Amino acid sequence: MRIELQKRARVSTLFSVLSPLLALVLTLIGGAILFWALGKNPGSALYSFFIEPLLEVWSLHELAVKAAPLILIAVGLSICYRSNNWNIGAEGQFTIGAITGSILPVLYPEWHSPMILPLMLLMGIAGGALYAGIPALLKTRFNTNEILTSLMLVYIAQLFLDWLVRGPWRDPQGYNFPQTKSFQIEAVLPEMLASGRAHWGFAFAIIAAVALWFMMRFMLKGFEVQVLGQSERAGRFAGFSARRMVWFSMLVSGGLAGLAGISEVSGSIGHVQPSISPGYGFTAIIVAFLGRLNPLGIIASGLVLALTYLGGEAAQLSIGISDKVSRVFQGLLLFFVLSCDTLIHYRIRLIFAGSQAEAKG
Amino acid sequence: MFEAILLTVITAATPLVIAALGELVTERAGVLNLGVEGMMIMGAVCAFAATQMTGSPYIGIVAGIVGGGLFSLLFGFLTLTLVANQVATGLALTILGLGISGQLGESFVGQPGIKLQPIVIPLLSDIPFFGRVLFAQDLTFYLSIALVIGINWFLFNSRRGLKLRAIGDNHGSAHALGINVIRTRYLAVLFGGACAGLAGAQLSLVYTPQWVENMSAGRGWIALALVVFASWRPWRVLAGGYLFGAVTIGQLHAQAFGIGIPSQVLSALPYVATIVVLIIISHNRRTTLINTPASLGKAFVPDR
Repeated sequence: MRIELQKRARVSTLFSVLSPLLALVLTLIGGAILFWALGKNPGSALYSFFIEPLLEVWSLHELAVKAAPLILIAVGLSICYRSNNWNIGAEGQFTIGAITGSILPVLYPEWHSPMILPLMLLMGIAGGALYAGIPALLKTRFNTNEILTSLMLVYIAQLFLDWLVRGPWRDPQGYNFPQTKSFQIEAVLPEMLASGRAHWGFAFAIIAAVALWFMMRFMLKGFEVQVLGQSERAGRFAGFSARRMVWFSMLVSGGLAGLAGISEVSGSIGHVQPSISPGYGFTAIIVAFLGRLNPLGIIASGLVLALTYLGGEAAQLSIGISDKVSRVFQGLLLFFVLSCDTLIHYRIRLIFAGSQAEAKG
Repeated sequence: MFEAILLTVITAATPLVIAALGELVTERAGVLNLGVEGMMIMGAVCAFAATQMTGSPYIGIVAGIVGGGLFSLLFGFLTLTLVANQVATGLALTILGLGISGQLGESFVGQPGIKLQPIVIPLLSDIPFFGRVLFAQDLTFYLSIALVIGINWFLFNSRRGLKLRAIGDNHGSAHALGINVIRTRYLAVLFGGACAGLAGAQLSLVYTPQWVENMSAGRGWIALALVVFASWRPWRVLAGGYLFGAVTIGQLHAQAFGIGIPSQVLSALPYVATIVVLIIISHNRRTTLINTPASLGKAFVPDR
């Protein structure tokens, strides 16, 4: 048997919508097999992984808390990937955003002004954008591969954070724990509703997604992103600069990752510590692709991926499987998304040995 | 003292060299597999598990190669058969590999491993100064040297190597000449996966004989950078690998001496070095363009 691809005359709108859903179904089937292999009842395992976290108010709040950074980072990445700039160092930009945003509350814990929070958010955005500016500079100035440089910068950012909270930023009254003082109340990103923990980071995520959707759909800049992504040559004829697009996409995605970082630290953790992210920056790559690089689709896919984090925690408690299963789920999901996307551009035909001989004859 | 440092440099460099050599062949065929990190960690966990179950690290080595190779076929199927985006699929391979290996290796955390013992070659290892360094190593070191020589010969002196390079430089023309592009690329991807698996096995059986989650710690990515650094030439991979090995070991020794620099700064050195090296190598656009396989990362759908 052989698999042959046949290019469709035009992009299939049906499969553009269906492919992410198909990928989800396939992931669930893969998950059921995985649970069965681990000796668990697949039905009840999937229930506690994907349904249980949706049944209570507090866990819906947790869902929003986890979806906020994923959506914020992923909409930024979608601009990068659409324009063919492969920023995979969002985890590092998230970390640096969290650090620069925390400068004020850590160094001036006595400063009680309503100004502090907006300043923190701005500094977080600036920090993330500047950090993403490094691979942008290297790519435009020295022609360096942004995939490798942005990833190396992740490790460097994490080590820098580690040094800060174990060294100069450590709380002297913190019983030697490697973390800063808890932020003053004015520096904490408030909750959106009285009923739970979901903070304003989620609102930022929705606003960012809608704004970037508007840009991609109705503004010249969005068109520029798409043209340069599909053909740099065509873009040059239209007078668009690929070099400036590198800067634009990297700064936007870095800034959003930085905003995600400071929102997470200020809204959800309340101080700075060595580990501030369960890999949001990398999971956001999956979110971006599952959302088909469309900012509105990314809102939905961000919620789905947030559910895998929550489900992992829930399943660990209720059926005693390791929360590492959620990483496997996330990887599987990305695989299925990428393979289902083939259906959008190609018809897949299975060719069996008999018909092959016929075709040749 | 000097000999001991040289030995540790070689141990740190070997996995980088092996993984980079595999990726070099894959990229010479025009396929950009960014999943080296994932294949490496899969090799590491398979090798460790097989060694614990059978008691033989040699079976572990084979398991590592098989694990990395099979895992790379997943990438091959998506990018070659289903023509999915190579960059995204490579990232997916890394994410999935880190997830699966964490899950598979969970029961092995904290278990003492079995170290792959050196094979001392009689007489040659008695040569003063470099005898013990070069001829009293474990199997993976000898394999890494054999791979450099073998791949160099294959790529530049054999007919199949010429075909592979032709595919990497212009898959359309190669296809028109009747070369089976997809099959060659599958084999190249498989070879890259097997090498990454072997490199992973070296990590969990030689470098630190135990299983730790995420123990590859970015080495797969450094191997990818090494291929660029080496401008797709096997001997330069060897040189670059030892350079990185020296930086890694140098910073470890500096940490041990406690020379007053924060340990995190020293730990960051290999990553900083990678960036610096990439800048030096890539800044001349013209030479980069000449060296890079022209079809690298581009999808190929045969027109029948």
